[in-house]
Amino acid sequence: MVLKTEKFMINAGPQHPSTHGVFRMRFTLDGEVIQDVELVFGYLHRGIEKLAEGLTYTQDIVFTDRLDYLASMTNNQAYVVSVEKLAGIQVPERAEYIRVIMSELMRISSHLMAVGFLLNDLGAFLTPLLYMYREREKILDLFDMVCGQRLTYNYMRIGGLSQDIPEEFLPALKKFIDSLPRFIDEYDQLLAQNEIMLVRTKNVGILSRESAINNSTAGPVLRGSGVKWDIRKADPYSVYDRFNFEVPIGNIGDIYDRYRVRIEEMLQSISILKQAIEQLPQGEIQAKVPRSFRPPKGEAYGHIEGPKGELGFYLVSDGSVNPYRLHIRPPSLLNLTVLRELLIGVKIADAMAIFGSIDICVGEVDR
Amino acid sequence: MTLALPATAIVSKLEAELSGSIVESSDNTITVKDEFLFKVASFLRTTPGLDFDYLNFVTAVDYQAYFEVIYNLISLEHNHGLIMKTRCNNREKPELPSVISLWRGADFQEREIYDLFGIVFTGHPNLKRIFLWEGFKGYPLRKDFKQ
Repeated sequence: MVLKTEKFMINAGPQHPSTHGVFRMRFTLDGEVIQDVELVFGYLHRGIEKLAEGLTYTQDIVFTDRLDYLASMTNNQAYVVSVEKLAGIQVPERAEYIRVIMSELMRISSHLMAVGFLLNDLGAFLTPLLYMYREREKILDLFDMVCGQRLTYNYMRIGGLSQDIPEEFLPALKKFIDSLPRFIDEYDQLLAQNEIMLVRTKNVGILSRESAINNSTAGPVLRGSGVKWDIRKADPYSVYDRFNFEVPIGNIGDIYDRYRVRIEEMLQSISILKQAIEQLPQGEIQAKVPRSFRPPKGEAYGHIEGPKGELGFYLVSDGSVNPYRLHIRPPSLLNLTVLRELLIGVKIADAMAIFGSIDICVGEVDR
Repeated sequence: MTLALPATAIVSKLEAELSGSIVESSDNTITVKDEFLFKVASFLRTTPGLDFDYLNFVTAVDYQAYFEVIYNLISLEHNHGLIMKTRCNNREKPELPSVISLWRGADFQEREIYDLFGIVFTGHPNLKRIFLWEGFKGYPLRKDFKQ
């Protein structure tokens, strides 16, 4: 007897525990195997690029906090770096060092979330994630100390910072980075030798080197596929050329490699933090910038290595107080380009793991 | 460090290969005629020594008289970059060839430009609105957009 079969559609999202926000995937399935997937965006589209055109350059910093809300400090930095490039502003050294400290803390925090949620998606429900939250909480406390905010910092300014770090910050930071490597090691040992974790991540969701490049992926996704590309090395901004650090890369580009890259990057960030604390100079934290800030006519593209990949701002100035055009290069959106290719032909049970390993933030996808 | 490849070197190569394709050029930017866009793009992608294998971003700007579409190309192998621009003069029916067959990474970005500027990329396999809903009137990032 021949059984009649037919393809069917299944929806994941926009409200789904594994979509990390309001993001939707429409699967076409043949039994358990994914035949096709359509990605549906726009549930969190706020039109930030349009809104930015009506506000001044300084006011736009507030909006950058709301892009990737798990990494607001690096968003702040990418934006101010671009504006400074546009206007040719030299930032005081102390401010550059403090920016590096904040960005690296943010990178650790974002990677903790990425790894925690990946495990959540793999079925290790909540327990590992809450350990990650515990460590992230300490980073948020540090940020709170600096600028009084836990998520939307609005800390950096064009030409510097809104305020210097308080006295108690450095001792607290040192205490934190002394404790963190032990935690990461312990955690990594628990997971990297876990049979279930290995079976579900090794050789699953393989992204080839060529495909990673052709699909404009960036950050840990690109590096997981073995491409040594990090803006901090390729085009050093701020004071990154003064630190010693490695760029970890993966071998074959499976979920495990992307996980591994994030773990290694956290350890590298700790090393950068240690060097930055040691070298931190005294002095000013804000360059002279006029109250009514008007950059000269022209355009500039500034970029940094954000936790999720290259984050850049393309700015066009017409000489007025508002940007004529502000475009954001969103790593989360561009990393999703490759998702369809990765998902076709795999079993539905692996879909969420592959998706989780890309690590997106919908605030940045939809903008 | 990402070298801004001096545009003059590329311009002379392009003029030899595709004469009349360049409108203007400055430090690290070339502006190409829209009918040559795809040919120039595939030349930059495939010529040994240039090897622009990575499309960093695509975006557009509405200068009212025309739309400008900006492609940031990078070669991961040689670590150099270039900004390629093109202009779209027809405001009523702006059209450009899609570069998706050269760089898959253009997929969502071209859809985004279509969504917010109304520029049609011919040859794009799935050109529909990405953030706004089907049936939305107008293109918000155009300067003459009224809410």
